Amino acid sequence: MSRVAEFLFRRRGGAGWHWTDVFTWFWLIGGLIVMFGPALWLVNSSFKTPAALAEFPPTVLPYVTAEAIVAGYEEPLQLFEVRNDDGSVRVLAEVRRLGTVAQMVDPANPGEIIRVNIKNRTPKRSIAFALDNYVQPFLAFDFFLYLRNSVFVTVVATLITLLTNSMAAFALSKYNFRGRSAVMMLIVATLMVPLSVILVPLYSVISAMGLFNSLWGVILPTVATPTGVFMLRQYMLTIPDELIEAARMDKASEWQIYWRIILPLTAPALAVLAIFSVVWRWNDFLWPLIVLSRKEVYTLQVGLNTYAGQLNVQWHYILAMTVVTMIPVVLVFIFLQRYITTGIAGSGLK
Amino acid sequence: MADVRNGIATRAGAMILAPVGWLANLFDSPLRMLQRRTGSNGMAVFFLAPNMLVFGIFVLFPLVINILYSMTGGGALFLGDRTFVGADQYGRLFSCSSYLDPKSCIEDLFWIAVWNTLAFVVLQVAMMVAVALVTALVLNRELRARSFWRAVFFFPVLLSPVVVGLIWRWILQRQGLLNLMVFEAGGTPVNWLVERNWAFTAAIMVSVWAHVGFYALILLAGLQAIPKDLYEAAEMDGTRPLRVFWRITLPLLAPNLLVVLVLTLIRAVQIFDEVYVLTGGGPGTSTLFLTQYIYEVGFASMLRNPGLASAASILMGAVLVVLTLIQLGIARRNEQRGKMR
Repeated sequence: MSRVAEFLFRRRGGAGWHWTDVFTWFWLIGGLIVMFGPALWLVNSSFKTPAALAEFPPTVLPYVTAEAIVAGYEEPLQLFEVRNDDGSVRVLAEVRRLGTVAQMVDPANPGEIIRVNIKNRTPKRSIAFALDNYVQPFLAFDFFLYLRNSVFVTVVATLITLLTNSMAAFALSKYNFRGRSAVMMLIVATLMVPLSVILVPLYSVISAMGLFNSLWGVILPTVATPTGVFMLRQYMLTIPDELIEAARMDKASEWQIYWRIILPLTAPALAVLAIFSVVWRWNDFLWPLIVLSRKEVYTLQVGLNTYAGQLNVQWHYILAMTVVTMIPVVLVFIFLQRYITTGIAGSGLK
Repeated sequence: MADVRNGIATRAGAMILAPVGWLANLFDSPLRMLQRRTGSNGMAVFFLAPNMLVFGIFVLFPLVINILYSMTGGGALFLGDRTFVGADQYGRLFSCSSYLDPKSCIEDLFWIAVWNTLAFVVLQVAMMVAVALVTALVLNRELRARSFWRAVFFFPVLLSPVVVGLIWRWILQRQGLLNLMVFEAGGTPVNWLVERNWAFTAAIMVSVWAHVGFYALILLAGLQAIPKDLYEAAEMDGTRPLRVFWRITLPLLAPNLLVVLVLTLIRAVQIFDEVYVLTGGGPGTSTLFLTQYIYEVGFASMLRNPGLASAASILMGAVLVVLTLIQLGIARRNEQRGKMR
């Protein structure tokens, strides 16, 4: 044990613990708890029944009170562990309770009513995952539809983003034409225009095009990302022009040069942009909230917000659907996180 | 094993891309005809067109007509149907007997949102930069599994604002985890999202939680660019860590810190999503911020007034343009300094 500790806390140079080391570990362990804890607590809670969610103080594991169907009774009866006078314990089902005395029956022998003081019994509980929280929203509510809409928006918007951004980046990196710097300036300028500044006129444009309450109305305004064009252009500038010249010698068309030479060579940058685009479009909230007002076209984010905004929040469903909404992003985090972190460190992209 | 996996991935990739390649080839002959007319350099316009079309329709055009919108009144949606009112909407926003007292204004909600946003920006930016800096400094030390620890702080950055808002609503609710801790520690549980000051604090904390990993990453990249020999020299001289921080780290990190400061400012001014899900602007109007004001006036409330929302969004846009220009200026200066080095 002490060897493990020695290994874990071994420091370079073998010197003793400086206060900065103590602080470093305080910050890291604290960060681990604060950053992951809330999400883990949500995942944990999502497996609890409504009754267990209403308990205070809450338990860590999802418990349910056990019930049994007893011959002669229509409703299932709640089970209790009853302590006998001699100290032995047996499981009985409650028929009814009068003050401090409960009338109970032995499920194996339902004919005989046994009177038990409620001080001598505890509810029988067992660990059970309320998977119903995950199934019901898909069956009884429209969450399957929302999920489908979200996937559609994410996939289509990402594909269009990759195509249009890479074409524009190709033009801006490999051609010399009048007004190229003007176009670059224009793209830089749009970096300054966040969605919240053009909400009202953009809404009228979308409505005039008949895209209100359509998933295309969510997709189209987002696909011309200036950051995407920039990143791809930076990458394409590193591709030697000789490759293009050689292809032109061989009578390749410009489209073929773009398609057969530039795109394959830009694959790493395209992959990074694809990851970003998926996360962006999956997480989009404000714009879908405005464009989508009918339930059939809600994305997961909008649907989740709507259900969570109701007066009587059904937390057991909301928690489970929040977990479902988190899943793709958590997968990206686990498998592709390093592409994103290098992307941000390299270009300040977000 | 890795070879096998790569082989499968390559083959799967080829299978997916095969029809796409076929589709791309279909475009080739019409595009060749186009190229014959434009010349190979003229094809640049063709490649730019889709992106610029989307830009034009969904960013530039709305930006231009936004100014016209802000000078019209009424509830009609399309610009042609709206009545011209000149600067009335701006006048309405600014008609106050005292700007410090929102209750004395016609548009009291606008000024409540302005002051809330200002308070939020000051507190959140200070907190964000401080936490991001400490995190970056910690991550820059000689750590085992640094990429793991970096990922820990980055995790919430990827979560959607709705998920962030709901995670924290669940923690901060009356019977939530935080109150359990308060209860176990012997305190009295607090209704965090119902008490004004606590709700405002929660809005700040949650937005810092959600985004601090992003800024820590930028600062970490800056820290790693500081030449190691400076630190080695300081160590040889036996300089204390705090002095090293003030004399070496902070001055050399200043350009990156400035970038992070402006970026957090730009984002904080527009704060909406996660706070809207967390508190809905409440209790009362204590967490009503500018973007939510624009959203509610433009779309959600009974007293819909698109022109007024436009005017407010243009005012906010002006602030953001100034901040962005500062950011671009800093970025350019950093670049030049990098070249000189």
